Amino acid sequence: MKLLRFILDPYARFALFALLIMGLPLVVTNEYYLGVLVVIAIHSIIVLGLDLLMGYTGQISLGHASFYGLGAYITGVLSAHWQWPPLAGLAAALLIVAAIAWIIGVPTLKLHGHYLAMATLGFGIIVFIFFNELGSLTGGPSGLTGIEEMNIFGVTFDSDREWYFLSVSFLLAVLLLSINVVRSRVGRALRAIHGSETASGVLGVNIARYKVGIFVLSALYAALAGWLYAHYITFISPSSFTFMFSVKLVTMVVAGSLGSLWGAIFGAALLTSLPEFLFVFNNYETLVFGFILIVVMIFMPRGLLRGIEDMFKWLWHAARKAPPTSRPGEERS
Amino acid sequence: MKRLVVVAMVMGMVLTFASTAPAADEYRIGAIYASTGPASALGLPEKNTTEMLVEELNAAGGINGKQVKLFMYDTEADPTKANNAVKKLISLDEVDVIIGPTTSGVTMAIIPPIEKAKIPLISCAASVKIVQPVKKWVFKTPQTDTMAVEKIYATLQSKGIRKVSIITVSDGYGDSGRVELQRLAPDYGLTVVADERYGGNDTDMSAQLTKIKGTDAEAIVCWGTFPGPAVIAKNRKQLGLTIPLYNSHGIASPKYIELAGDAAEGTFLPAGRLIVIDSLPDSDPQKSVLSAYKAAYEGKFGKNSVSTFGGHAYDAFKIAVMAIENAAKAGDVTRAGIRDEIEKITGFVGTGGIFNYSAEDHNGLTKEGFGMVEIKNGGWSLAQ
Repeated sequence: MKLLRFILDPYARFALFALLIMGLPLVVTNEYYLGVLVVIAIHSIIVLGLDLLMGYTGQISLGHASFYGLGAYITGVLSAHWQWPPLAGLAAALLIVAAIAWIIGVPTLKLHGHYLAMATLGFGIIVFIFFNELGSLTGGPSGLTGIEEMNIFGVTFDSDREWYFLSVSFLLAVLLLSINVVRSRVGRALRAIHGSETASGVLGVNIARYKVGIFVLSALYAALAGWLYAHYITFISPSSFTFMFSVKLVTMVVAGSLGSLWGAIFGAALLTSLPEFLFVFNNYETLVFGFILIVVMIFMPRGLLRGIEDMFKWLWHAARKAPPTSRPGEERS
Repeated sequence: MKRLVVVAMVMGMVLTFASTAPAADEYRIGAIYASTGPASALGLPEKNTTEMLVEELNAAGGINGKQVKLFMYDTEADPTKANNAVKKLISLDEVDVIIGPTTSGVTMAIIPPIEKAKIPLISCAASVKIVQPVKKWVFKTPQTDTMAVEKIYATLQSKGIRKVSIITVSDGYGDSGRVELQRLAPDYGLTVVADERYGGNDTDMSAQLTKIKGTDAEAIVCWGTFPGPAVIAKNRKQLGLTIPLYNSHGIASPKYIELAGDAAEGTFLPAGRLIVIDSLPDSDPQKSVLSAYKAAYEGKFGKNSVSTFGGHAYDAFKIAVMAIENAAKAGDVTRAGIRDEIEKITGFVGTGGIFNYSAEDHNGLTKEGFGMVEIKNGGWSLAQ
C-alpha cells in the first residue's frame, strides 16, 4: 500500500518520469527516433497548456495552433531578418503572445458556453491569414527561411541528441509548473469553475480573472513550443499552423484523457508517433489512424490513460472477485 | 476486433523497428512524396512512377547486378512530417540519395537537414527558390516557374496582348509564381492590371473573376494546383468571361479536364511534352522516351492516367540511377560521390526536357522544355 501511495504522489511520479526520459537516449540512439521524440516533447508542451484550459477549467480553445504559430513566427522573423539571438526571440514571443491572449481573453472569457471556442476559432483563422499575407515579413505562403539554429548562452544545439535534452528539459519544467498549478488553490478554483461557474462565483472565486489567467498561461505554453519548433526545423510556413492542427491538439487532449496532465503527454506522444508507425499500411494509413481513434473513444470514453487505469482496476477487482468501485469524475494530476 | 487492432499495431511497430543495416549487395534509394493530403493529385503519380521504375529496374537485373531497394514515405505536404521522413531515410534506412518531395514549401523545409547530413536530394517541386541560389546537395527536375512564366508571356506577346490579369493560389507554389509573374511582365511589354489571390480550398472564385471582368485585361493567367484552377475555369464560363485563360504547368494532369469538364475547352497551359506526344513530330528527341513512359504507366494504371508530375519523378529516378551507375564506375558509391555524378550529367533526355546539370545550374533545363498546350475536345493538343 505504501508503494501504491508513492506511485500516486504526483511529485514522485514526476521524479520517476524525469529519470526515465532523461535516461531514454541511452537506449534510443538513432537520430530519427530522437527527432520524433523532440516533436513529441514540443507537442506535449502545447497540449499540457490546452489540458489546463480544457480539462481543468472546461474552456475550449480551437485556436491554439495560432499561438504556437505566433511563437514560431515572432522568433523566426526576429532571427531571420534582424539576427536576434533565440533567447531574445523567446522573450519577445512570450511578451507579445501574453498580450494578445490577454486582449482576446478579457472580453470573450466573460461570456459563457462556447463563445471562447468561437472566438479562438476566428482568431486562429485571422492569424493564419496574417502569416500568409505579410509576405515581406513572414515570407508568405512559401515560408520563412534563414532562421538561426538554437543557441543558448553560446551553446549551439545542432544534433537531435542535444535537441532531445533541450526540449525534454523545457517539457519537464512546464510539467512541474502545471503540477503545481493543478495542486494549488488556483487548481481547485479552476476545477470549481469547470464544475459550475455560478456556484464557484458564489463561493467567491474571481471567475473572470482565473479564466483569463489560465488562458494566457496556456497560450504561453504554445508560444514556448512554437519558439522551440522554429529553431528546431529552422524553417516555418503557414501550413504548419492551420485550423486542422488546432483540432489535432484538441484530439490529443481528449484522446489522452481530459483533465489529466499525464494523459496530455500520453495523447501527444500517441498522436504524434502513431502516423510514423502506420506508414506500413501505405495508402490506408489515415484510415487505420481514424479507426484506432474511434476504437479508443468507444472502448475508453474517458481517454486512453484513464481507460488503461480503468482496465487495470477492472482486472484487479476481477482477480479478487470483487465488484469494481470506480469513482467517476475523480480528478487527479 | 480489439485484439485484431492490437495485433496490427504490434506488427506495424515490429516492421518499423526491424529495418536492417544496409546490405553490401544493394543500392538504397529514398523517396518522399505527398501521396495523400492536399497535393495528392501531384504526389500519387510520382509514387506510382517510382514504384513502377524500381520494379522494372530490378527485373532487368538492377544496377550492375545489384538490386535497388526503395524506401518511400508519405509527407502529406506537411513540413514536420517531411522532416521526420528525411531523418528516417538518412539515419535509419541509410539511403544513398533521396528523390522528392512533391511541393516547393516542403522542399524548402527539408533543405537544412539535407545539407547538414550531406546527402543528395533531387526535388520534384517547381519553385525557382529551390535551386537559386545553388545549394550544394539540392537538385530538381521540373521546369521552374520562371520558365513557365516566360513561356506564357512570350505567347501573350506574340498575340499582341498588352494587359494581363493574374490570379494565384495562397501557397508556396502560387506565391512563387506570383512573384515571377509580376517581375517578368515588363520584360514582355505587359502590364498587370489585376492581381487576385485565392485560398487553396476555396470553392468559388466568382468574386475575384468579377473584379478581373471589371478591368480592361486581355488575358487571365491562373497559377495554382488542384482543385482551384478547375473552379476558376468553371466560374469564368458562368460569368461569360471571354478573354483567354492561361494556366500554369501545375495543372498538367487529366484531373484538370475531369474536374473542369466543358469549361476547360479552349484554355491553355505550358507543359512538358509528355501529354501531347501524338502532336509531336517523330524527329523530336524526347518522343521515344515519352512514348515509352506513357505506354508503361498507362499499361499499369489505366488509360489517360499519365501526367507530367509522374514525369518529374521519372526524371529524378533515372538521374539518381544514372548517377549511382557512374559513381560505381568511378568506384565511389557514397553520398558525396553520387552528388558529384549528378552534377556532371549532361544531355539526359527526360520527360521534362533535356537536362544539362552543372555546378551553377542544379535544374538543368531551359524554357524550351515547355510546349504551349490547348485543351481541345477533352484532350491535350499542342497549340501554335
